[in-house]
Amino acid sequence: MRNSKLVTLEEAIRKSGLKNGMTISFHHHFRGGDKVVNMVVAKLSEMGFKDLHLAASSLSDVHAPLIEHIKNGVITKISTSGLRGELANEISHGLMKEPVIFRSHGGRGSAIATGELHIDVAFLGASSADEFGNACGYSRSENAKSICGSLGYALPDARYADHVVVITDDLVAYPNVPKSISAADVESVVVVDSVGDSSKISAGAIRDSKNPRDILLAKSAAKVVINSGYFEDGFSIQTGTGGASLAVVKYIRESMLEKGIKASFALGGITAHMVKLHEEGLIGRLIDVQSFDKVAAESIKNDPFHQEVSAVEYASGMHQGSAVHALDIVILSALEVDVNFNVNVLVGSDGIIRGAIGGHQDTAADSALSIIVCPLLRGRIPCVVPKVTTLITPGKSVDVVVTEYGIAVNPNRPEVAERLKAAGLKVVDIHDLAAKATSIIGTPDALPFGDKVVGIVYNRDGKVLDEIRNIVD
Amino acid sequence: MMFVPGNNPGMMADAHIYGPDSIMLDLEDSVTMAEKDAARLLVYNALKSIDYGDTEMVVRINPLNTPYGKKDVEAVVKAGVDVIRMPKTETADEVRELEAEIVKVETELGCVGRTQIMAAIESALGVVNAYEIATASKRMMGIALGAEDYSANLKTQRTPDGKELELARETIVVAARAAGISCFDTVYSNLDDMETFRKEVELIKTLGFDGKSIINPRQIEVVNEVFAPTAKAIEKSLKIIAAIKEAQAKGSGVIAVNGKMVDRPVVIRAERTIALAIASGILNKEDVQ
Amino acid sequence: MEIKNAVAGTLESGDIMVQIGPAKAGEGLVVDLESSVAAQFGKQIRALITDTLKDLGIDNAEVKATDKGALDCTIRARVTAAAVRATGKDVWK
Repeated sequence: MRNSKLVTLEEAIRKSGLKNGMTISFHHHFRGGDKVVNMVVAKLSEMGFKDLHLAASSLSDVHAPLIEHIKNGVITKISTSGLRGELANEISHGLMKEPVIFRSHGGRGSAIATGELHIDVAFLGASSADEFGNACGYSRSENAKSICGSLGYALPDARYADHVVVITDDLVAYPNVPKSISAADVESVVVVDSVGDSSKISAGAIRDSKNPRDILLAKSAAKVVINSGYFEDGFSIQTGTGGASLAVVKYIRESMLEKGIKASFALGGITAHMVKLHEEGLIGRLIDVQSFDKVAAESIKNDPFHQEVSAVEYASGMHQGSAVHALDIVILSALEVDVNFNVNVLVGSDGIIRGAIGGHQDTAADSALSIIVCPLLRGRIPCVVPKVTTLITPGKSVDVVVTEYGIAVNPNRPEVAERLKAAGLKVVDIHDLAAKATSIIGTPDALPFGDKVVGIVYNRDGKVLDEIRNIVD
Repeated sequence: MMFVPGNNPGMMADAHIYGPDSIMLDLEDSVTMAEKDAARLLVYNALKSIDYGDTEMVVRINPLNTPYGKKDVEAVVKAGVDVIRMPKTETADEVRELEAEIVKVETELGCVGRTQIMAAIESALGVVNAYEIATASKRMMGIALGAEDYSANLKTQRTPDGKELELARETIVVAARAAGISCFDTVYSNLDDMETFRKEVELIKTLGFDGKSIINPRQIEVVNEVFAPTAKAIEKSLKIIAAIKEAQAKGSGVIAVNGKMVDRPVVIRAERTIALAIASGILNKEDVQ
Repeated sequence: MEIKNAVAGTLESGDIMVQIGPAKAGEGLVVDLESSVAAQFGKQIRALITDTLKDLGIDNAEVKATDKGALDCTIRARVTAAAVRATGKDVWK
């Protein structure tokens, strides 16, 4: 009999030596379909654990059951990149005694690598694994259930955690290679019915937005990219997944074809759009920390030039070879941008946490050109404001802000402003954008923040950037 | 000219960001009978409050012979609309009737002459009377074809190549030119068929129309592209405009470019080319001054 | 002024639905507001609803407003439309 690592979840937990007060970790590659966090914490609760630190790469709507475990004292501390839904709402209202620690993806990778964020036991969901723990985010078996593609955010946990438990719903014959997580890093393998709801893990083919405002923003952003001075053969690019960001790729593609320009690589969250350009030969390599749709997940499985990277390799500020250091252009979204180009992607303008830092800080800081695409207004909510509700990405690393009322360029990038003006784009002062927003919607009342700190925002270098206070109804 | 339903505040709030030359807020066909009063109030308040910048604001009112038409006139004139679009115009008398209504409100406000009129021609009778309609009032700024009602009135239906609209389109262009006012073509409602839309825009540009009515911001780019003058034409026109300025500065009535005299029609065409280049976003206003 | 139950507006984004009905004598204007931007604009929206109604000569009514981020001009239009429907007295000649 081979020395299989197959155990039940309960056995895995016992074997791990987990104790009250320790740190457990999870990744968020199953996004809104994730079942692993809730399943494991429910088991830990049942087994009587208390006072645990939950360090996830991110948390979302689906993790609302954590509210009960927080109330019962099973979870007393959380570190994450983001929070959404009811859990975020409760935490914003002061659910937890200790503030939630927010880090960027690169910041989390660095913190894990340096030991600043020490993980005792990592519980890592995988789309397939063999009995020794070779695991990945796709599967070559016929039983494939929950495909997510890259496992980039889980790789620092796998490498640095004291004890690693792989949880899968698709046990395959050894050797499950090519692999993302190596058996060498894994102590236990747990097989469960389902690690995630595949319909919520990744969309099929994401349809192009038909929202005219998104199209307008995307076309403007594409014009900024094309005329920025960085659009030349061999450039590299990263985009977000919002409707406008996705569409940017489409309009840049037209210009790449027209001018015979090819990109050396695309980075970050990879989508079907990027895969298409790669397959057409317009993008040399795909560097993938998170596969956003089924097309991307399939591509990373089958295409050797579509490379998975860990959060550290992707976006760490302290590792010289991380990909963001080689990135030319990044297109990002924002909940709010202020007149000093500071960006908030975490806290809604009602003071409630509703987002994630993601790679925002990392890519904005290290790319040659960072472009924020956001509408001036979302309904009656202003997105260009005098001062951001919460500081996430410092203005010094934000270069261009694209809105439907004009394009603002950071005064520390006068050469970019000149290029855009020369191309006939409507370059405006960001103060004018904020004033325009006010003239349309009026001046919002101050938010009813309380005195309790419910969240601490770290910069990617480990320094505290801002605090989030509780909101009082 | 972009059509925006008059009972949709979300669309009315930001229609101008897409850069249409004019916006037509609609109180007529896109608003149900039960919502006529509410839409009128929305349009009134939007015109009063929203900064539409340089965009020309048009409101399509209900026919005067309905219970809504006169109230519509009162509301939009009070709100300071640029142009009232009268639907289903068939005779010059109807234009004069509208003018009388406008004058009543303008007199009360002390701003007689402020509001312009655009007549939509949507029937055979309207086409037959096109020139009389176009010259019925000095407030007339343009006439427009409404093809859905027109083709129904002809007892035919719309086709992709627009054969059924030939006479109406040509008549409207000729009438508008004879009257010295603008002319606008009808809408094209299949948003997913940009190819046919582009062909239609190319056709009506060739016929001489000044612009196209659109129902969605996504159609703006095609219209701008088709109507955009070529770089060569713009360059030539800029030279002519510069020559005019030079001549004016010298107090000379003779305009010459590269030593050649420039005729009046050439000047007019040059001015139109520059106006189109600005409208299509190729030139900035500042560049011309 | 006699007030019947009336409603104007929709629940679409950027709009506000305003329901007006009679209030008990001497109760004044009672405004029940639900808004997607309550934290930032709730007070201002209430004041705008009240002012608009007072300008129309209505100072005794119950109002239920469900706001989806409407701009002030939309709120004024919807409140006026509901008031006109409730009183039968139009603002146009």
